Amino acid sequence: MIAIVDYGIGNVKSIKNMLNRAGASAAISADPRVIESADKLILPGVGHFGYGIERLRASGLIPALERRALQARVPVLGICLGAQLMGRGSDEAELPGLGWLPMRTVAFDRARLPAGHKVPHMGWAETLESRGPLFAGMAEARFYFVHSFHFACDDEALVVSRAQHGYGFPAGVASGNLYAVQFHPEKSHAHGLRLLQNFAALGTP
Amino acid sequence: MSRTRVIPVLLVSDEGLVKTRRFADRRYLGDPINAVKIFNDKMADELVLLDIDATARGGAPDFDRVDEMVGEAFMPVAYGGGVRSVEHFAQLFRRGVEKVVVNTAAFDSPQLVEQAARRFGSQAVVVSLDVRRTLWGKARCYTAGGRRRTRLDPVHAARHFESLGAGELIVTAIECEGTFSGYDLDLLAAVAGAVGIPVIAHGGAGRIEHLVQAVEKAGCQAVAAGSMFVFAAQGQGVLITYPSPAELQRGLWERTSAAGRA
Repeated sequence: MIAIVDYGIGNVKSIKNMLNRAGASAAISADPRVIESADKLILPGVGHFGYGIERLRASGLIPALERRALQARVPVLGICLGAQLMGRGSDEAELPGLGWLPMRTVAFDRARLPAGHKVPHMGWAETLESRGPLFAGMAEARFYFVHSFHFACDDEALVVSRAQHGYGFPAGVASGNLYAVQFHPEKSHAHGLRLLQNFAALGTP
Repeated sequence: MSRTRVIPVLLVSDEGLVKTRRFADRRYLGDPINAVKIFNDKMADELVLLDIDATARGGAPDFDRVDEMVGEAFMPVAYGGGVRSVEHFAQLFRRGVEKVVVNTAAFDSPQLVEQAARRFGSQAVVVSLDVRRTLWGKARCYTAGGRRRTRLDPVHAARHFESLGAGELIVTAIECEGTFSGYDLDLLAAVAGAVGIPVIAHGGAGRIEHLVQAVEKAGCQAVAAGSMFVFAAQGQGVLITYPSPAELQRGLWERTSAAGRA
C-alpha cells in the first residue's frame, strides 16, 4: 500500500485518483501507524516552502517518515513542494527542510531567463535525459509544472531528469530509495500515469 | 519549441454545462462531467471550470460538484465561482483543484488574494479580469459575472493583483466572449505587457489562428476558449472537441516558438 502523506498541504486527492487509475492501492493518511505500515510513501505539497515545512513539523509525522524513509528505506516520492522539502532548504524560506537529499531549492534566476519566460513557470515541459527506474520507458515524456523555485542538486549524478524553462533545471532527483520530482505526475495524463505505475512497481527492501 | 497552453473553459450553471455569448444568452450544453471526461481523453493541457451562478447563489462553492468534475480530470484544473475565503481555497485544493480563480471577491476584498498567495503560493491564485469598454472606449474591469462595473482599468488592476501575489491572470473581453471573432488583442497586449506573471487570453477565440494571435501579437502565455471547444462551429450544434497534438504543433506551437512562452 502506498501512503499519501496528508499534512494539510496539497492536492492529495488528485494523487490518489491517479494511483487508483494506475491500479495501485493507496491511502491518504495523517496517521503515523498507516505510514509505518505503508510499503511506499508519497510526500505531496503545493505552495510556500515555509508554510509547508511548518505544517509537516506540526503534523508530528516526521519521526515516522524518517524511520520509513531513512531506516527502512522504503521508496519515497516527493512531488513539487513535497520534493523540495526533502532537500536542505529553500530560497523561499528561512526554515530548513528535511535534509534527506543533498540539494537546495533556489528561485528561478530571472536574470538568466530570456524575454517572454515568466515566473511562475506554469505549463507542460518535455523532460530530457531521463533515466532510472522511475522514468523507465519514458524517453519521451512531458509533464505539468507549476513552480517559481527549482532544485539545485550538489551532485549532478543524482539528477535523473531535466527540463527547460529559459534554462535547464533538474526535474527529477533520485538517491537510493528517495525520489523527488518538480512536476505533477498526478496531473500529467498518460505520462504521469506511467511514472506513478513505475513508482508503484519499485521493489521494497 | 514553446508549448503554449491551450485551455478549455467550461461554464457550469445550476442547470449544468452552459455556454454564453457576451456573458448572456445562456445555452444549455449538457453534463459537465461528461465534458471533463472528453477533454481528459483528448489530453487537454489544462481545464478552467467556472461556476457562473455561484456568486449570485451566495454561500460556499458547490464542493460536491467540484469533487465529481475534478475526479475525472487527470490534468491541471482551475476552479472559479463563489470563492470568498481562504477556507474555500483550502477546501478546493483538498478536492484536487490546482488553482483557484477569483474575480468578485478579489475586487471586493483584495486582501483575500494576498492571504491566499501567502498560504498556498502564488501559482495557485488566478485573478480573472472581465473587461468591457465604456462608450468612450475606456476599458474597465467588471465583477459579478459582468454585471457590476468597477473603477479599475485592467492594466492598473493587473499590476495591483500581481503585487498582492496573484500568480496568473485570465483576461476576458466580455464583448468578444462567445462571438468566434477573435480576442481583443489590444486589451491582452496591454495587460500582458504590464505584468511579469503569465496571462491567459480568453474571450472570442473561434479558430487556431486566433490562438496564434494572442501569443504572437499580444504576448500571452496561454490561450483559453469556450465556444471553440464546445461547438462544432459558430451557430452549430454541441461538439466537445480539442485540437490534436499534431494540429497544435503545426498550427500553434511551431508558429509561436519565437514569441511568448508558458
